[in-house]
Amino acid sequence: MKRAKLFSGSQAATLRKVLKHIGRYRLLVFLSLALSAATVVLTLIVPILIGRAVDGIIGAGAVRFDVIWPLLRGIGICVALTALGQWVMNAVNNRITFDVVRDLREEALEHINRLPLSWIDGHPHGETVSRVIADADQFADGLLMGFTQLFSGVLTILFTLAFMFSQNALITLVVVAVTPLSMFVARFIATRTYAMFRLQSETRGEQTAFIDERLGGLKVVQAFGREAAETERFDEINDRLRDCSLKATFFSSLTNPCTRFVNSVVYALVALTGALTALMPGSAMTVGMLTAFLSYANQYTKPFNEISGVVTELQNAIACAGRLFELIEAPAQSPDLPGAEPLQAVQGQVDWRDVCFSYTPDRPLIEDFNLSVAPGRRVAIVGPTGCGKTTLINLLMRFYDPDSGTISVDGRDALTIPRRSLRAAYGMVLQETWLKAGTIRENIAMGRPNATDAEVVAAAKAAHAHSFIRRLPEGYDTVIGEDGGQLSQGQKQLLCISRVMLCGDGAATEEGLHLPPMLILDEATSSIDTRTELKIQSAFARMMKGRTSFIVAHRLSTIREADVILVMRDGHIVEQGNHESLLAQNGFYAELYNSQFAGAEQA
Amino acid sequence: MLKYLRKYRLECVCAPLFKMLEALFDLLVPLVVASIIDRGILGGSAGHVWRMCGVLVALGLIGLAAAVTAQYFAAKAATGFAADVRHALFERLTALSFPDVDRVGVSAMITRMTSDVNQAQTGVNMALRLLLRSPFVVLGAMVMAFTIDARCALIFLAVIAALSAVVCAIMAVNIPMMQGVQRQLEAVLAATRENLTGARVIRAFRREDAQYQAFRAKNRELTSRQRRAGRVSALLNPVTYVLINAAVIVLVRQGALRVDAGALSTGAVVALYNYMSQILVELLKFASLTVTINKAWASWKRIASALALTPSITSPDAMESPVDPAAPAVRFDHVTFTYPGAASPALEDIDFAVAPGQTVGIIGGTGSGKSSLARLIPRFYEATAGTVSVDGVDVRSWPQVELRRRVGVVMQKASLFKGSIRDNLRWGRDDADDESLLRAAETAQALDVIEAKGGLSGEIEQNGGNLSGGQRQRLTIARALARRPEILILDDSASALDMATDARLRRAIADLDYRPTVFIISQRTASIMNADLILVLEDGRLAGKGAHAQLMESCPVYREIYDSQFRKEAAS
Repeated sequence: MKRAKLFSGSQAATLRKVLKHIGRYRLLVFLSLALSAATVVLTLIVPILIGRAVDGIIGAGAVRFDVIWPLLRGIGICVALTALGQWVMNAVNNRITFDVVRDLREEALEHINRLPLSWIDGHPHGETVSRVIADADQFADGLLMGFTQLFSGVLTILFTLAFMFSQNALITLVVVAVTPLSMFVARFIATRTYAMFRLQSETRGEQTAFIDERLGGLKVVQAFGREAAETERFDEINDRLRDCSLKATFFSSLTNPCTRFVNSVVYALVALTGALTALMPGSAMTVGMLTAFLSYANQYTKPFNEISGVVTELQNAIACAGRLFELIEAPAQSPDLPGAEPLQAVQGQVDWRDVCFSYTPDRPLIEDFNLSVAPGRRVAIVGPTGCGKTTLINLLMRFYDPDSGTISVDGRDALTIPRRSLRAAYGMVLQETWLKAGTIRENIAMGRPNATDAEVVAAAKAAHAHSFIRRLPEGYDTVIGEDGGQLSQGQKQLLCISRVMLCGDGAATEEGLHLPPMLILDEATSSIDTRTELKIQSAFARMMKGRTSFIVAHRLSTIREADVILVMRDGHIVEQGNHESLLAQNGFYAELYNSQFAGAEQA
Repeated sequence: MLKYLRKYRLECVCAPLFKMLEALFDLLVPLVVASIIDRGILGGSAGHVWRMCGVLVALGLIGLAAAVTAQYFAAKAATGFAADVRHALFERLTALSFPDVDRVGVSAMITRMTSDVNQAQTGVNMALRLLLRSPFVVLGAMVMAFTIDARCALIFLAVIAALSAVVCAIMAVNIPMMQGVQRQLEAVLAATRENLTGARVIRAFRREDAQYQAFRAKNRELTSRQRRAGRVSALLNPVTYVLINAAVIVLVRQGALRVDAGALSTGAVVALYNYMSQILVELLKFASLTVTINKAWASWKRIASALALTPSITSPDAMESPVDPAAPAVRFDHVTFTYPGAASPALEDIDFAVAPGQTVGIIGGTGSGKSSLARLIPRFYEATAGTVSVDGVDVRSWPQVELRRRVGVVMQKASLFKGSIRDNLRWGRDDADDESLLRAAETAQALDVIEAKGGLSGEIEQNGGNLSGGQRQRLTIARALARRPEILILDDSASALDMATDARLRRAIADLDYRPTVFIISQRTASIMNADLILVLEDGRLAGKGAHAQLMESCPVYREIYDSQFRKEAAS
């Protein structure tokens, strides 16, 4: 009932999913709750025992040691049990928290590898990473700790009330009447400061974006001598941030003193009613009971103050969980058809029939595209940068699937082939040189993890990478970081080529290479110097012999040696044919060709 | 740190002072309660009870006033401090020279300015509020205990010592463990990132399972580290609870004996017990405070080391020798350049001169030193030997602002900034009117970009996110042209342009009426073959210089590069 008020509909839905994930640990959760209840009760018994002991201290020469000693022993046992209970409870809570986060992270990552590329391309990586890392952490801290705090807080309040009521109804009524005031004060301040905090985080975001750009482009800032001008603009944001940050910090920091003041009023009232009751003739109220009541008054108001904080924390945790679940529940790519047969002995016949594709429905890219590539043929894809050449790669590799029409390999619709089997048939070199963090060897053997050293070296040699790898401090065991570390762009490119040499499933060539039956190559534009590139071209040429190849081409030689040239512009395939026939058409290809190459040929 | 807090001297003194005032009133409460018990209840005076409860409320009120004042001063000092530090950092970091920027790294600089400063701000705020308050309450409670009964107060001394020792020990063990957890978390983060950035390659090489297993191993290691660290920190609460309550038991026992001996009143025992509770509360607060302060201090140390950076390249405030109009626009006199920390020079013995208005093409393989050469002209980096001069004056004698005003550089990485296109182009020249901006854009072949974005007022997103690579490059060229530079450097800045646009761009630059000296760096022979002077670089050395025809005759490296792009194809 309380929960319904605290959380909105979508939050409640998230909460249900969270509970499902915690379900595995249900025994531990029950243990934690039981321990929490036990420690709360034990903690509350201690002041009563101390109160009774105080009552035994009547005055000089009249101290009832016979009462006090057993009480002190009782207190000792309670304290020992409480401490033990707290310790086990902390350990159990840690266990639940850490394990739930671990499960969620593993689930998230497993799901990431099943998500369609369109999802990954469509969400900034940093944001997704922060869901898996920061949101998961916040969720764990906030939600699980929040749950236990909420539970023990509510229990403390209920038990304290019950204990107090059993001792003295009047004081209990006074306490019950006044304490909600502190919650009210806290709520009042929280709602007033919410807007200030939002303004602060917005301004902070604005400043971070500014800093990110200016420092990221610092060399440009300096090249244009803009240091002073940009500092001025920075200061304008900075001053605003200081002012709104002062407001948010100050007003939110009022919560604590204000609730503390309410507490001291409660404290004074308990002292007053307690003392006056004790003064009434025939009253059962003793000094020891008053002491117990006063320490209850402290214990009782504390959870009230905490609960208001816990609620915000819980809501924040649920928001984090919501973002994490959004990732985990994003629709995965369509599963492979049940019983789909893997490709066998691929020949390399690729047919495109009436293929339509677009990234967004309102911007059609590829429409009714037809192409038949016989085994061993070369297809060059040309066009200005950004014209959508990679779209064809996306479709061939089934990173994306066509909206309609079929792409078939050896006569089989690619949609009916298991993705792994289809992708194993292609060797892919992209311009964007992604390497995994690890050793050079691991990178080269990426498609064949159990490759022998000889095979790795053969692959590196075939890609002309061997000589530079040998010169690295640790040779093939040199560890490279996330972004390829100390390697130059060109060297990374060479490694990307090396790893294709081993990625096929078939038998080894005479050089010990395992080349796949089909190739997808995105020619490097500018990162490899031309002479190295000549060598790579020869390696490429050898690689392509007898293999169906799709090449995003920048070099004239590649283009002219292709069996089919696809000319792309603004995402569309505008022309298709071989070099001579396209030149004869005198269209876009001819224009491209003349602007770059024609002059050179005459020279 | 004191330097930045000095401005908030008043706040820094007042905040803890008022906090202590508040604490002082807190400390009086147990005495008032003792008086209620002894004189009110045991003495049978209802009037005294009323008065004393009034005093309790009054103490609360004064405490509230003191606390509010303290919070204000603390917030004021902390936010002001943070703003000043951010300003100082921004000024300091933007003044760094290129080699320094390379060394420090941009992401580290951004972290310093954002999360580190925020941590430091929280640290200052909390420290001002609590750092003095908690020890004050603990010590104050002890002093009060001594005034009530010295022998019972010894128990306080013992328990405070024991508690401090336990808290310190737990922290000392726990903090390094938490750092280990943090490092492992970063490893998990990197593994997550890898699966996103490498999604295509991972799938193409069918490594999904292996990647998942690798992630899982890292993630499990994180969990086990978290558990180990958690086991230690889980001790904190129970141990302090046991210690304090053990002390309470000893206290009641001792109190009972003293009361029996007639040396102490019942109210005094209750007061001692209350002081003990206060100590418990404050010590727990203090423990969590030390964690915050620890973090803040670590952040501050990182900030301080960033603030201590000084630019490694400095320049005179005024020209030291006059410009020679007859001198070459740019001259390299046997220049050698080594990147800081590099083993071998990036450029070796480079020697050439360029007359004003000439076009220079620079060509060579990856890592041959093309960009390095260009970076020496506006003195982004400093030649290790030899001299670079502009208009006959050594670049080291030029005031930096003056030198860079004459040089328009278009870098490989095209950075634009959030704001209108007009704002971005005006970086070239603050007072440029729309017409001259459009003229620059026309030369840069960027008119269609401006049109597509809705004119000069069109908005560019952060880092030029709403533009394609080619669009960004053309706008950065326009920005450099807007200042009508005497020397224009295009550092492989047309790589994302298609061949036809690239050719039009070169023609338009050659037709500029103010005839700048132009340096074109490219991998494409076609882009530079018409230059007046072509510099051929190989492994940081000048393998040839001259015009195209001349180099084809005399320079084997140039011929080889040329052939790799044209001749063989023409022959085949």
